[in-house]
Amino acid sequence: MSTVLEGLFYTKDHEWVRVEEEKAYIGITDYAQHSLGSIVYVELPAVGDEIEMDENLGVVESVKAASDIIMPVSGEVLEINEDLEDSPELINDAPYDNHLVVVQLKDKSELDDLMGKEDYEAFISEEE
Amino acid sequence: MNNLKRTALADEYQKYGGKTVDFAGWFMPVEFEGILKEHEAVRNDVGLFDVSHMGEITVKGKDAMTFVNYLITNDLEKLVDNQVLYTYLCREDGGVVDDILVYRFTEEDILLVVNASNTDKDYEWIVSKKGDYDVDIQNVSDETAQLAIQGPNAESVLQGHTDYDLSEIKFFFAKRDVMIDGISCMVSRTGYTGEDGFEIYLSNDEVVKLYTNLIEDGAVPIGLGARDTLRFEANLPLYGNELSDDWTPIEAGYGFFVKVDKENFIGKEVLATQKAEGVSRKIVGFTMADKKIPRHGYKVFKDGKEIGFVTTGYKSPTVGDIIGLAMVDVEHSKVGTEIEIEVRNKMSGATVRNRKFLAK
Repeated sequence: MSTVLEGLFYTKDHEWVRVEEEKAYIGITDYAQHSLGSIVYVELPAVGDEIEMDENLGVVESVKAASDIIMPVSGEVLEINEDLEDSPELINDAPYDNHLVVVQLKDKSELDDLMGKEDYEAFISEEE
Repeated sequence: MNNLKRTALADEYQKYGGKTVDFAGWFMPVEFEGILKEHEAVRNDVGLFDVSHMGEITVKGKDAMTFVNYLITNDLEKLVDNQVLYTYLCREDGGVVDDILVYRFTEEDILLVVNASNTDKDYEWIVSKKGDYDVDIQNVSDETAQLAIQGPNAESVLQGHTDYDLSEIKFFFAKRDVMIDGISCMVSRTGYTGEDGFEIYLSNDEVVKLYTNLIEDGAVPIGLGARDTLRFEANLPLYGNELSDDWTPIEAGYGFFVKVDKENFIGKEVLATQKAEGVSRKIVGFTMADKKIPRHGYKVFKDGKEIGFVTTGYKSPTVGDIIGLAMVDVEHSKVGTEIEIEVRNKMSGATVRNRKFLAK
């Protein structure tokens, strides 16, 4: 059973969002890393990029395939997790401790469209 | 996943944590513990593959050897009985119908082992070429199960299950009626990983028992994901990637398995010409300059001009480099040539290299 943390927002594409005031940390869930298998490359946007909700945020490549990561909320990229460049497997090891990017939230009401812990657990139990 | 064909082991995968996929119409495990761990198990220890989806076609009768030798590019007459041959079935234009193993038990009793995705196509192709040859051709795929046990410890693990001295079976030789855990098996020292090991043919009724016993004895269950990374590192082609109806084995870089001095075989004219005069495109190895993964089908460029496409690419689990194979125009095929691979609409640099990925 995949780990789902309390206090985060989740998407149907298996991203998580952790909100700290006006900033959002974005990563992929334990379910996602488990489905993908060993991650060998992560492609991230540039700091300063403004990305709308549902646009492409980046790409996570496992041994077998490349998977698009979809922006769960709109915002400007403030920071990318540079550790992932040399150690993409950190996402497999600890998916909730290793965000992909930090963005400046553009519209907090977009968070209303995302799922909480219980809803996401129910969602992945259907997918499993 | 309900309409998929299932091997006799289909109910076993889940017991070992197998994730299953639709592979060419078959319900097959893509991975168990994880592709990288499985890959490592085969390189350093021993892994076990269900390859029962592979097709088996028997050719028997007075003309069996002559007929099969007419169908294939390699030379079956150079073998002795119970030897195994890797070869291609080619069309008249040199395009590859399939890559296969040929088991010559005797000159009148031959087994062809073919790719799962091509079994029906191959059978129809072979039957269509029968003409006046005195042969009986049977597709026995449905009643035949196949396991592959591969890795440096494959022999020692398998030896624990049979009284027959497996060291008697040399590389690319086969032995029938080997009793393994009381089951009659045909065993060959062959495989698709670049490691030592065996392929074991047996009846569907007995395969669950042997699969279970070998796993209990330490063989690690391996899925199709690691099967692909293993074969790729060993420069073994995959039909649909390195081999296709659309180009020849010479262009694919496997001319060693095409013997144009042989009397007559389908495709000989085109293949002999290519061997003598060279080819206009060929598959090369390459190393990526950055960390992006070059996937099957990505386009290859040189100075802004499209010159080919990637056939397979991975971050090599054994070597760690990001490497690939690509079909490119021959003028850009020299080792050291700088090329570009288009990854998600951006160009990544790469350098042409040899295909000995595992060489130290």
